[in-house]
Amino acid sequence: MVNIQDVEKLAQLARIDISEGEKEELLKDLRGILDYIDQVRAVSVDIGEREAGEVRNVMREDANPHESGVYTEKILASAPATENGYVKVKQIL
Amino acid sequence: MINLKDITISKARISLDSKEFSARELAQAYLDVIKEKNTEINAYLEVFGDVLEQADNADKMISEGKIFPLTGIPFAFKDNILIEGRHASAGSKILENYVASYDATVIKLLKDQGAVFLGRTNMDEFAMGSSTQTSAYGITKNPVDITRVPGGSSGGSAAAVASGMTLVALGTETCGSVRQPASFCGLVGLKPTYGALSRYGLMAMGNSLDQPAPFTKTVIDSEIIFKTLSEYDLMDSTSMPENMRVVDNKKPKKIGVPRSFLNQGGVDTEVLANFEQSLEKLKNIGYEIVDIDLPILEYSLAVYYIIMPAEVSTNLSRFDGIRYGYSADGKDLMEVYMKSRGQGFGKEVRRRIMLGTYILSHGYYDAYYNKAVFLRDKITKDIDEAFKNVDLIATPTTPTTAFKIGEKMDDPVAMYLSDIFSAPANLSGCPSIAIPSGISSDGLPLSFQFVAPRLCEDFLFDIGKKFETM
Repeated sequence: MVNIQDVEKLAQLARIDISEGEKEELLKDLRGILDYIDQVRAVSVDIGEREAGEVRNVMREDANPHESGVYTEKILASAPATENGYVKVKQIL
Repeated sequence: MINLKDITISKARISLDSKEFSARELAQAYLDVIKEKNTEINAYLEVFGDVLEQADNADKMISEGKIFPLTGIPFAFKDNILIEGRHASAGSKILENYVASYDATVIKLLKDQGAVFLGRTNMDEFAMGSSTQTSAYGITKNPVDITRVPGGSSGGSAAAVASGMTLVALGTETCGSVRQPASFCGLVGLKPTYGALSRYGLMAMGNSLDQPAPFTKTVIDSEIIFKTLSEYDLMDSTSMPENMRVVDNKKPKKIGVPRSFLNQGGVDTEVLANFEQSLEKLKNIGYEIVDIDLPILEYSLAVYYIIMPAEVSTNLSRFDGIRYGYSADGKDLMEVYMKSRGQGFGKEVRRRIMLGTYILSHGYYDAYYNKAVFLRDKITKDIDEAFKNVDLIATPTTPTTAFKIGEKMDDPVAMYLSDIFSAPANLSGCPSIAIPSGISSDGLPLSFQFVAPRLCEDFLFDIGKKFETM
């Protein structure tokens, strides 16, 4: 069964800041949902039997590229912080 | 004075083309209703400022003889469908100030026809919910009974049509998000075949399940919208190529009822009684009704609640406070992510992202996700097998009528169960339609649902038109 440490770990993995008070509530909700979906875990089937569906290439040809920079302004308009045509982020290294 | 109560796309088409009224007058009539009703219902998050200009453009098209089925027809759109230059928030604080940089394909097709866009409608945050109570912009009320929810997640679009604040609306379906609110508000809701309508420009929730889906007052209006929007789109890798779109022209005759699925409990007795009456009426007009055995369907909703959160946790990783939307300041990049997502996402979205993260984590992936994918294949195969014997599968659309505002908010599983009859169609990619089937003793709409084989929307339209008049 999931415990409070699992909730903390999941929040970290999912990059979501949660408050102390919310952890207990999330734990209760997650337990309820997992309890419901556990009926799937309980079905005894060999999932190795699964046949792959028909495989087809869904990627389009990378042809006729648009001119570089034509969408830059439009796309950057939604970024919270930009500088000289780039998205601005905090220092990574 | 335009009679908005009985208007349909087909009737509006005749009146617009014969200049009985103009697209401008029609749009103005809806703007008047919006002004009167939206404060109470909260169906629209935004009414566009250029509605009358759009209508003038439609009138110009009509005068020039450039007439398409949807020229001058007023539409409302769920807030997760992108329209270039307009806000699209998906009912979330994290996208409060987001402006779309391109048109969704369904939007482009409607613009080409000269449809009139009235505004964007409220929804559960990122389409996660069944009652339009998880929106960051307040709840939407059911126009039939304002103490009740309109259903969800496309509750704003449903309420807008049901209250006469638009003629038709688009929502999106991942698991019943159009059929369930259509049921609660007394409308026709169509979930198309997966891959029939383009998903390009829809904010993804569960990519393997999502479809744009219309709300209308009649089956024929649903058919008109479907036929306008159903075409191959190069921009959607799961759009069905034209050569795969082989349509079966036969007329449906035989309806299968998955009894064990209906009898698993939790279904309101009045809903069941209404369903049986509808079956009886169908029999009286010449349809053959048979019981079918599909025990696998009982796993549908649980399978859905594994596959969907897995896709949600992956999809919503793009909302990081960097590329678009709400951004909280932090001392380093990790803190920007954590705070932006923590403050920007509401409770249900956080819950589903964490659930998906758990399901996809090492050690649980096989037990949950791979098992669910296996069962999804089995559900699809068993449904396909059933369609060798019957033309349609029938169930009630929802296990209950519209519930009270505030109800089920503390119990996620109880909320999820309101979509129990929706899951099989989304998991298998089959089309499905919800059609009003009467009024309950407390005055609430009841609804009947048909599921057809993939690409057999025509079966749904054919029987649906007869169902409406029986």
